[in-house]
Amino acid sequence: MSTSTLDVEPSLDGRSVRGPAPRSIRRSRRRGAILHHGVLILFGLFMLYPLIWMAVSAFKPSHLVLTDPSIIPTELTLENFVDGWVVGGFPFWVFFGNSVVIALSSILGNLLSCSLTAYALARLQFRARNVYFAIVLVTVMLPMHAVVIPQYIVFSNLGLVNTFIPLILPKFLATDAFFIFLMVQFIRGIPRQLDEAASIDGAGPFRVFRSIILPLMVPALITTTIFTFIWTWNDFFGQLIYLTDSSVFTVPIALNALVDSESNQGTGTLMAMSLISLIPLLLFFAFAQKHLIRGIATTGLK
Amino acid sequence: MTATLRPVDAPSGSPPAGARSRGGRGRRSQELAAHLFMSPWLIGLALVTAAPMLASLYLSFTDYNIMSSPRFVGLDNFVRMAGDARFWTSARVTSLYVLVSVPLQLAFALLLALVLDRGLRGLSIYRSAYYLPSLLGSSVAVAVLWKQIFGQEGLVNQALDLIGIQGGNWLQNPDSALWTLIILNVWTFGSPMVIFLAGLRQIPEELYEAARVDGASQLRMFRHITIPLLTPIVFFNLILQTIGSFQAFTQAHVVSGGTGGPVDSTLFYTLYIYQQAFVNFDMGYASALAWVLLLAIAVITAVHFTLSRYWVFYGD
Repeated sequence: MSTSTLDVEPSLDGRSVRGPAPRSIRRSRRRGAILHHGVLILFGLFMLYPLIWMAVSAFKPSHLVLTDPSIIPTELTLENFVDGWVVGGFPFWVFFGNSVVIALSSILGNLLSCSLTAYALARLQFRARNVYFAIVLVTVMLPMHAVVIPQYIVFSNLGLVNTFIPLILPKFLATDAFFIFLMVQFIRGIPRQLDEAASIDGAGPFRVFRSIILPLMVPALITTTIFTFIWTWNDFFGQLIYLTDSSVFTVPIALNALVDSESNQGTGTLMAMSLISLIPLLLFFAFAQKHLIRGIATTGLK
Repeated sequence: MTATLRPVDAPSGSPPAGARSRGGRGRRSQELAAHLFMSPWLIGLALVTAAPMLASLYLSFTDYNIMSSPRFVGLDNFVRMAGDARFWTSARVTSLYVLVSVPLQLAFALLLALVLDRGLRGLSIYRSAYYLPSLLGSSVAVAVLWKQIFGQEGLVNQALDLIGIQGGNWLQNPDSALWTLIILNVWTFGSPMVIFLAGLRQIPEELYEAARVDGASQLRMFRHITIPLLTPIVFFNLILQTIGSFQAFTQAHVVSGGTGGPVDSTLFYTLYIYQQAFVNFDMGYASALAWVLLLAIAVITAVHFTLSRYWVFYGD
């Protein structure tokens, strides 16, 4: 599937304007560039306006949120955060804790299970390897709805509803097949001579994996970490099904519960809690932007 | 990709050239090691993917409400589907959502990528800004935001008010509710845009130089170099976004409070599955619905791949 986007790490820096040009052309080019930037900035503001509005509304007193569309607040308040902080008898930091536990466990599970599997598929010789790899590709496209009902029935019979196990366990069993695919592609780009040299020196497959492949596939591991985090932080369907007790609510589920009790929640409160729920993603965006963009460019993840 | 794939399917008696020096024992120990390495995935494949898939296929032929054991009813669920108005509504809502929002989203993505790829300063800032909605778009928080923006006194109506238009409640009107979700999906054009940008970077500059020497116009170069060489990326994005949009759930659930309303106008197919399975606990019927979704996605993907032969350019 479209190996061209996956095999080659594209250069991410802007391509420079080609060659010098006569002064008159340069001047008209500059005028064109200013217009260009103007349009792009306006469009960017238009795109981001809803998010800016959310951030501003979170700090506005409730009587101003719906009457004053301006993004320059005349009065600031924290009352919205206080009003929305407790959902179903639990403060929001409990939901943050739950979300973090699920996200970190999922990251650990994906890193371990997918890297081991990818190494075998990319490097070891065994029968029907191509068939296994084809299965990985097919399961990437499989909609979760085709498996979620029996999974729920089993976990429910085991009494595991309202625990994190149904959400975490599958990650330790490499069910996010996309990351296997990603890592296989990455390992194939590592020169084979490195592991052959290690084999000749007597290293077994596990030694080769741990000492040669794993250190060299760190970029793929970072991509996996980032996207596992984003996916689990934004996951709603799975958490909605398995987490019904407010003590195990995650951030998205708590937020959803807050909306359902909307009758007594104002827009400002909802925006405040929405803003809070996005903070981890925004932090990732601020500090891991380069990895994030490169990850999408090379893999096509969201 | 194919370069590293050796004929590993050969019978174990004749190991591939690379393994010959190590002899049959090395080969066998690699077999064992490989399966040990893959054991988490193999267990997951069997227990978390394959078995539930087969189980839901079986359940799709049963009447099962979790309390009593499944009762085999043959094709009843599928017959019921044919006469179920909400099933058809949800299929129509989802199809409209995919057919409108995916092409629009990709068009925006391609357009912005082309504009940004012209050697502008500050490319990375624009790219990040336009990408941000993609990162946040599938969250509950943004769905909540959308609900506020398109509400009676929301941002959209405040803006329309400035130019003298009186807007209604976009989410409570069955004619407009789905369109707010389509706008939300189009709004997340940033991630396909980033992929397009990466694809544009891979077009060799020499092609444009050669064309310029031959006196080709900008338009001709766009038409005969950029577009053909970008078709594999267009295809990749199309497959990805189509499959993803068919499974959209969060936004419709949050915006409609889980009902798919008003008047089922935002009843995404996945939302209908959810209602049948986890609200009505009609697990047999829900399994049948899920299998129809699985088959629909499989067929649509296959059609995409078949049609791609006619328009995707893979070089020569």
